[in-house]
Amino acid sequence: MSSRRSAHALSSGAQVATEENRRSDQRLGVGPEVAGHLCENCILPSGMASGSARRGGARLANLLHGYLNSSSTATSASWSQTGIAAREIAPFGARMASNQIVRNRMKSVRSIQKITKAMKMVAASKLRGVQSKTEDSRGLWQPFTALLGDSPGVDAKKKIIVTISSDKGLCGGINSTSVKFSKALMRLTAASGPDKQASYVVIGEKGKAQLQRDSKKNIRMFVTETQKLPINFSLACALADEIMQKVEFDAIHLVYNKFQSVVSFLPTVATILSPETLAAGSEEGKLGELDSYEFEGSETRAAVLQNLSEFQLASVLYNALLENSCSEMGARMSAMDNSAKNASDMLEKLTLSYNRSRQAQITTELIEIISGAAALEASS
Amino acid sequence: MLSGSRQALRVGLRAWGRPTAGAIQRSFASEATAPAAEDEQSNEFLKQWASVAPNLDKPRLPSSYMKARPPAPATIPSKLTVNLALPHRFEVADKEVDMIIIPATSGQMGVLPGHVPTVVELKPGLLSIHEGDDVQKMFVSGGFAFIQKNSFADLVVVEAVPLEQIDAEEVKKGLAHYSQLVNTASSDLEKAQAQIGLEVHSAMSVALGA
Repeated sequence: MSSRRSAHALSSGAQVATEENRRSDQRLGVGPEVAGHLCENCILPSGMASGSARRGGARLANLLHGYLNSSSTATSASWSQTGIAAREIAPFGARMASNQIVRNRMKSVRSIQKITKAMKMVAASKLRGVQSKTEDSRGLWQPFTALLGDSPGVDAKKKIIVTISSDKGLCGGINSTSVKFSKALMRLTAASGPDKQASYVVIGEKGKAQLQRDSKKNIRMFVTETQKLPINFSLACALADEIMQKVEFDAIHLVYNKFQSVVSFLPTVATILSPETLAAGSEEGKLGELDSYEFEGSETRAAVLQNLSEFQLASVLYNALLENSCSEMGARMSAMDNSAKNASDMLEKLTLSYNRSRQAQITTELIEIISGAAALEASS
Repeated sequence: MLSGSRQALRVGLRAWGRPTAGAIQRSFASEATAPAAEDEQSNEFLKQWASVAPNLDKPRLPSSYMKARPPAPATIPSKLTVNLALPHRFEVADKEVDMIIIPATSGQMGVLPGHVPTVVELKPGLLSIHEGDDVQKMFVSGGFAFIQKNSFADLVVVEAVPLEQIDAEEVKKGLAHYSQLVNTASSDLEKAQAQIGLEVHSAMSVALGA
């Protein structure tokens, strides 16, 4: 009898609380332990829930606590996991609380949807800016490749793998792709001979984080915050200068994502040979024809080759940085777009379940009131 | 056999409609999987790649992003095809001209169709492109020029401005400024910078005067 009255008080008190909650989100009406669990699930600051429990929900909290402890551990554990499942397995008094859980989830999902939509817009506008720059820069490296050809499988003792990645995350899988390709190149170098060694130069925070996990000793140099200012040729020149001074190499492999379209990014490996390797030449391909070229300019052929190699590195690096930046913006656009879509789907489902539980609750209250009134009439 | 005909189709289409400078090269969907590796070494590399990383896609090579260049013709062609590339712009793309005069470090050099294949270092100076009676003059900064066997001239420079856009007054001021800096420069770096400025400005004044 007393339990029935307390349950009745709980339900009516809860109804009032829910009405008020709809107008002003002051009292959550949940116990502090439950509030603690809720906070993990609903991305709320935990102080807010416990504060409201202090204000008005303490009475309800004690009742809830009693009900929770009496139920099995399985139900309480699963109840704390998903707010929606609470309806089916929770004890009687906690029905009101599940509504609140769903409301909180809806709020957080709505804010996530707004944020991801905004991030998509920002990425789209940045992409427009960088894309025209990238397309204009594509002419810069073509003469070098037309002259020297492409020699990715060059037989060089010391190789540098320059991995270009982004500084910020939430951009899909392009950084993992670059890192995977760099690691495969490293394996290829190791497999090609015992005296061949390769090391990394990482540009970008994300690539560095991923490569540091298992190849920390192989990273010779890393560069971050390349995108704080717009990328221009002087930046590429400065980077190329740094690489050439600090690290000795026979060949450089540049791993980047080429921007083909907003949904398609092609991992590319560009190869730049050091002046010594160029001078050594090779029997086949474009490089073999280099001997037939006259060299004008500096006094010796070697000096011209040195300048050529440096200029090539700067040009290819400039183009690679721009292409990777474009790919990053495009990938971020599609990632945030998917995220916003998922959030809106989730919001729809949550809204439906929330409305269902709210209506069921109202129906139950009405039935109780009516049956109570009918019982009174029958007895009188 | 099928891939051979596809290759021929691809090369044929490439020679047909050369897209405008800077346009995105869109390949057919069937080509999207296999990157075009035109020489033995690249094929060898891709095979090794497949053995080391069988689950990864093959990487693309930059040569697959370029238009194919025609091979060296038997007779000397009548026109020279010029490409002038800047970091921020494709200035001249596949333009067929009669002659160009480029500012090599060893002096002005004229290039006609059928020139010996050469790799030239460029210093800041005047570049002129002659097509018939039409002469286009530009002031270019340092860079490189490759004269290929098939009468293609590729120029890669950091900056190029049409001569009309250079202000003679500014050039004189710069000349005075940098010659003063050369005398007062203290460290090697400053001296080098001042000398570079002086060279560029004197080249500009020579180009304007010529």
